Amino acid sequence: MILYIKLAWRNVWRSKKRTWITASSIAFSVFFACLMQSSQLGSYDNMIDNSARFFTGHLGIHQVDFWEDQIIDNSFDQQELIQLDLSNSDILIGVPRLSSFALASYGDKTKGAALFGVSLPLEAEFSYLKRKLIEGDYNKKGGVLMAQGLAANLNLRVGDTLVLMGQGYHGVNAAGKYPVTGILKFPIPALNQGAIYLPLETLQEFLSAPNMISSYSILLKDSQDTELMRSHMETILKDKELGLMTWQEMLPDLVSSIELDYYGGWVILIILYVVIGFGIFGTFLMMIKERTYELGILNAIGMNKHRIQTMVAIEIFLLIFLGVLMGLLMATPIILYFWSNPILLSGDAALAMEKFGYEPIIPFALNFKIFYNQGISIFVIALFLAIYPMLAIKQLKIIKALNE
Amino acid sequence: MKVIELKSLSKIYNPDTIPVRAINDVSLSVEEGEFTAIVGPSGCGKTTLLNMIGGLDARSEGSVEVGGVSIQDMSESQLTTFRLQHIGFVFQAYNLIPVLTAKENIEFIMVLQNMDAKTMQERSDDLLDRMGIKDQRDRRPSELSGGQQQRVAVARALASRPKFVLADEPTANLDSGSTEALLDIMAKLNEEENITFIFSTHDQRVIDRAKRVIMLEDGVIVSDEHR
Repeated sequence: MILYIKLAWRNVWRSKKRTWITASSIAFSVFFACLMQSSQLGSYDNMIDNSARFFTGHLGIHQVDFWEDQIIDNSFDQQELIQLDLSNSDILIGVPRLSSFALASYGDKTKGAALFGVSLPLEAEFSYLKRKLIEGDYNKKGGVLMAQGLAANLNLRVGDTLVLMGQGYHGVNAAGKYPVTGILKFPIPALNQGAIYLPLETLQEFLSAPNMISSYSILLKDSQDTELMRSHMETILKDKELGLMTWQEMLPDLVSSIELDYYGGWVILIILYVVIGFGIFGTFLMMIKERTYELGILNAIGMNKHRIQTMVAIEIFLLIFLGVLMGLLMATPIILYFWSNPILLSGDAALAMEKFGYEPIIPFALNFKIFYNQGISIFVIALFLAIYPMLAIKQLKIIKALNE
Repeated sequence: MKVIELKSLSKIYNPDTIPVRAINDVSLSVEEGEFTAIVGPSGCGKTTLLNMIGGLDARSEGSVEVGGVSIQDMSESQLTTFRLQHIGFVFQAYNLIPVLTAKENIEFIMVLQNMDAKTMQERSDDLLDRMGIKDQRDRRPSELSGGQQQRVAVARALASRPKFVLADEPTANLDSGSTEALLDIMAKLNEEENITFIFSTHDQRVIDRAKRVIMLEDGVIVSDEHR
């Protein structure tokens, strides 16, 4: 076997230019495929993370009817959760949230607003809410934090008093006056045009719903563990009349758009693979056509076809391995760089992203699976194409080969 | 002891359209230790005959026995193994493996025979020595002269200890000095070790050294002279 490897390795380098061209074409395909998939998966992670942090968490605990009918009457007493041990090493953080709607008024202007009652210190960690503050004091007690767009529509500034009117728990009237202690700027237009954040207790008092929460949102260390944690949490919640939902169930549109984009990405990858496949096939074709005479001689002097196939297979393996390795070595530092420094979009591209509710960045994912998948994909394609040289050797006729 | 026996051997090309008899009803036997030249004009069937003896080409009619074993009914794979074990080949264009050194080219056959490393080493050193190319052992074919390459090819042919060596125009690409040197080596191996050589050749220098000369014309043996 050592002689075969030696022979194959030297044969690979017999035509240096051709070897480098083939290895480079494989390397570039692996490189682009890795980059493409990294940005794709990075975007998905970012979308999932954004949505999970701002809206649902990776897992959400609700009163059983809440998700179908998201009204204040379908909230539940947070004491029910306090009795349970929700601690788990896979959970990053959990936050109670109470949400409702109200009319927000200032002066002669009134707008509909989404009210979010949250624990401000916990929310600073969960949804990075504090980072959205562009004016005012995040921790100042007794006031509300308003989204920039809504504040602008109401002509409100920090220090002004906002009037809220709505319907509270079990139909009671809800009305109150609150000073604006801060202005928040969200990249997501829906939030920026209508969100008001209040301390949880303040909103509970406003809605006459003491201790009630709409949801308990849980953020996991790894979104891939959602299903695993769901099983764990279901065991804990089995005696409670509470529902548990995953982000996939709560955000079906996001799941669909990710799936659609993912398969779209694969179509592009397949086109790339086909183009590269022809390049690799051309090399294999030459590898056999150029050496028919030589292979005929080897067969004539006693090297059987299985051994010739083994030798050529090792050559192909080395060539592909070299190309894939080069591609991975090229892709790794670039992905590492963009993983820690996402591409910031500006201008129309940024506006378009924001319009769809996403941060205007192209993040990259750093995941071993990307390198593995692309490396293996190219390898499998190359091995598939290697069927041709193997068949050509099988059908080799010595006399015909010696007359080449 | 007969190493080769051909009975009514024929090779017919295009049997269904315009049949061409490249070899026509040839019967022949070669004894161990012969130094035989098959001669004749171009296209007379020398190479075709050698190819059939070596199991490289299939016969149309007749039979080929090598060392008492009939090879015409062997499968392709069996024939390859048979060639590896029993027949040495020397080609006009040397046909060494370009990426292997002289020593590796000789050992290559022994690797295919699964010979152990020590025996292989001893045999290749011995052959390199006898061919007078010990100093060139680590050179690749492209770094050797034509004569040296052909000596490596002969050493490779002998490496497997074959029953006989088939040499197709082995001196056609060599100058007279290299030809004489190569013939000296082969003649010495023939005399001292009783190795059987069968050449196809046009070269008068080879014909002069042969102990038996078989003349072919239009695929038919027209003379068979033992000297």
